[in-house]
Amino acid sequence: MEHQYDAIIIGAGLAGMRAAIEISQDADVALLSKVFATRSHSGAAQGGIGAALANEEDDNWEWHMFDTVKGSDYLGDQDAIETMAKDAPRTVYELEHLGVPFNRTAEGKIAQRAFGGHTSNFGKAPVKRACFAADRTGRVILDTLWEQCLQRGIKFFDEFQVLSLIVDNDRCCGAVAYELATGQLHTFYSKAVLLATGGAGKIFKTTSNAFASTGDGMALAYQAGAPLEDMEFVQFHPTGIYKLGILISEAARGEGGILRNSKGERFMERYAPVIKDLAPRDMVSRCILEEVRAGRGIDGKDYVHLDMTHLGEKVINSKLAEITGFARTYAGVDATKEPIPVQPTCHYMMGGIASDVDGRVIRDGNGTVFTGLFAAGECACVSVHGANRLGCNSLLDTLVFGRRTGMEIRRFVQTVEMPQGSPEYAEKAAARISDLMHGKGTETCGSIMAQMQEIMMEKASVFRTDAGLSEALENIRKLQQRYRNVRLQDKGSCFNRDLLDAIELGHMLDLAEVIAMGALYRRESRGAHFREDFPARNDQQFLVHTLVRYTDDVPQVFEKPVTITRFQPQERKY
Amino acid sequence: MKCTFIIYRFDPAVDKESRYQEYSVEAAPTDKILDCLNKIRWEQDPTLAYRYSCAHGICGSDALVINSRVELACQKLVRDFKTGHNFVIEPLPFFNVLKDLVVDLRPFFEKHRSVRPYLINDQKPPEKERLQDSKTQEFFEPALRCILCASCTSSCPITRTNPDYLGPAALLRAFRYIFDSRDAATDDRLENIDSDDGIWGCKSMWWCTDVCPKGIPVTKCLAQIKRVIKKKEKGE
Repeated sequence: MEHQYDAIIIGAGLAGMRAAIEISQDADVALLSKVFATRSHSGAAQGGIGAALANEEDDNWEWHMFDTVKGSDYLGDQDAIETMAKDAPRTVYELEHLGVPFNRTAEGKIAQRAFGGHTSNFGKAPVKRACFAADRTGRVILDTLWEQCLQRGIKFFDEFQVLSLIVDNDRCCGAVAYELATGQLHTFYSKAVLLATGGAGKIFKTTSNAFASTGDGMALAYQAGAPLEDMEFVQFHPTGIYKLGILISEAARGEGGILRNSKGERFMERYAPVIKDLAPRDMVSRCILEEVRAGRGIDGKDYVHLDMTHLGEKVINSKLAEITGFARTYAGVDATKEPIPVQPTCHYMMGGIASDVDGRVIRDGNGTVFTGLFAAGECACVSVHGANRLGCNSLLDTLVFGRRTGMEIRRFVQTVEMPQGSPEYAEKAAARISDLMHGKGTETCGSIMAQMQEIMMEKASVFRTDAGLSEALENIRKLQQRYRNVRLQDKGSCFNRDLLDAIELGHMLDLAEVIAMGALYRRESRGAHFREDFPARNDQQFLVHTLVRYTDDVPQVFEKPVTITRFQPQERKY
Repeated sequence: MKCTFIIYRFDPAVDKESRYQEYSVEAAPTDKILDCLNKIRWEQDPTLAYRYSCAHGICGSDALVINSRVELACQKLVRDFKTGHNFVIEPLPFFNVLKDLVVDLRPFFEKHRSVRPYLINDQKPPEKERLQDSKTQEFFEPALRCILCASCTSSCPITRTNPDYLGPAALLRAFRYIFDSRDAATDDRLENIDSDDGIWGCKSMWWCTDVCPKGIPVTKCLAQIKRVIKKKEKGE
């Protein structure tokens, strides 16, 4: 089946839906999502959205900008960060006007709380900057935007998996998608394609991410020739529930929760004397593992305790109810009475599709635009998070750049003609599915995926070395070989999960290779990327973005300068 | 330990009617039921279809009937059941089955849409936020926990006998906007659901509250809507 829209958006999380609301004002837009829109992983965001509203205490956007630059370990592009921090208050007021039910202060303003790495006066003390709705902030924003889309009659194609982008003469002209319920192929022709598919946490064994977080958009762009930027920067959130990786929001520490080792020590005091447990995530994750290495993990194991027992039932029930429920359900722990066992869990991709502040995908180090292709949200790298994202900056990123990208697409679609169709695109996709179903392969996806997740967790997570990364890269390439030999067991056309698994696995293997390559290339330690063989930051050589481009041979690595405007790189201490 | 899973199967391309298939799974007491389904799919039978995503009770994808009760497969662990390691897994009742454990939720979302689930207020908003009393926000806060998993609506005895009844989930969303002080369409909203297929379809049977995986006091919220309509009728 064929469709025509001015713009299609792949992914119906916050970035995609915010862009759709913008575009729908005067252009035809459709959202394609492999899960029903309200199942998108934006809904799992817990703690808040950062904006210097100064509702609780003195604050301003320059402090927010500084914190984000410092949090990024000076790798974030400062022009983009300035855009985001300045636009944050407007963004939050806009959400409020759309109906997002934020918690309120005694005066009825939007309530705010402290979050990791967010400070007043350029690092002097923690500041309350995160606007929140209990510990389900992402969920209520997702619901609100989805309902706004319903009100505007925006077209959704739910449970559609995109198989490939259509690129003709270096211009992106649409996408081919597979309808899960029927097995039918759909060709979408459009003047603009926005990738808003979120993260790829499922590449790692322990993750807070949903099963759907398989980096589809990043891989589609990469296969279409767009470079991926800074993919070696993978955020491990310090407080995932032990063994499960389920997220316990930083809000737990924002509200006063404390990390303790086996001796009961508040160990973050030693590592970050000023802001202690509210240090940025990259640091806290490393500190937890340092404690474990020093034999101070709980019971000698690889986890520590997150203690909220002193917060009182009122705070916990009104502001941290969701995570308390997770602790009870999955760890059998009553967080009002006992500490929660936690360890770092793969949480967020700082890297992604190289793009500018208006969501235009960039082809090279000179800013050449990939005509018709846009990216926003976690799958994009603008870059506002640099080497490490601060908590509550991701929701902000999706909304600020979702809107800006939407505005740019609105403008862009007025300037170009609808592309020409051709049956060839769908035929290619059909041939690939047929190959997977009826080829001579002998491999199944399950075991390849498990091995990829193990290798990446072991060799490419919080602590990295040249030897470990080389081994990971070699093994990932072997798995890619095996992947070419996959054969599906489900030949059906209705909810064929086997096919989806295969497509997602192919995407993740591509990205795993890029992550390992970027990490090998970057012989320094910065933000979330820590090389035990190069433990210091090296601004002379590596104050640059890493880009990886797909080629018919091995992928090609190249560099792009970092934009520095207001804040010169300094040693990063908290 | 070894667990037995008896799972509802139906593939419209092959099966004339539904059937049950038995699988044996090695599971730990702390494994989620969803983990067990994944093990079956990855290790034994990739043709088994079910929905899932976040795997910790937030996205609302995986409401199923587990041992005769509607539950989220990702929120129940093997140890939570006292059925001797035996599990019977079936799709949500009331909705049409598309394949195996996947149901057609379109009627559910149609009803959701019919309550106009968005803030209605034509007044130009202030430059900053609209003020709202924190007590007001706390009053409708329970409804914000809803993840649209359809557990309540598919369990409701009224839904099962009257397919036109809006059902608890849609009415809960109506409650959320009726009691939001920023919304200007309260009267319209109340009128819209003041019928036997609307709020009066609810006979306070509490099944919705009982099955809600997010612990929302659905029946109580719906009762608040009834109270407001009654009060209005009396001219209070």
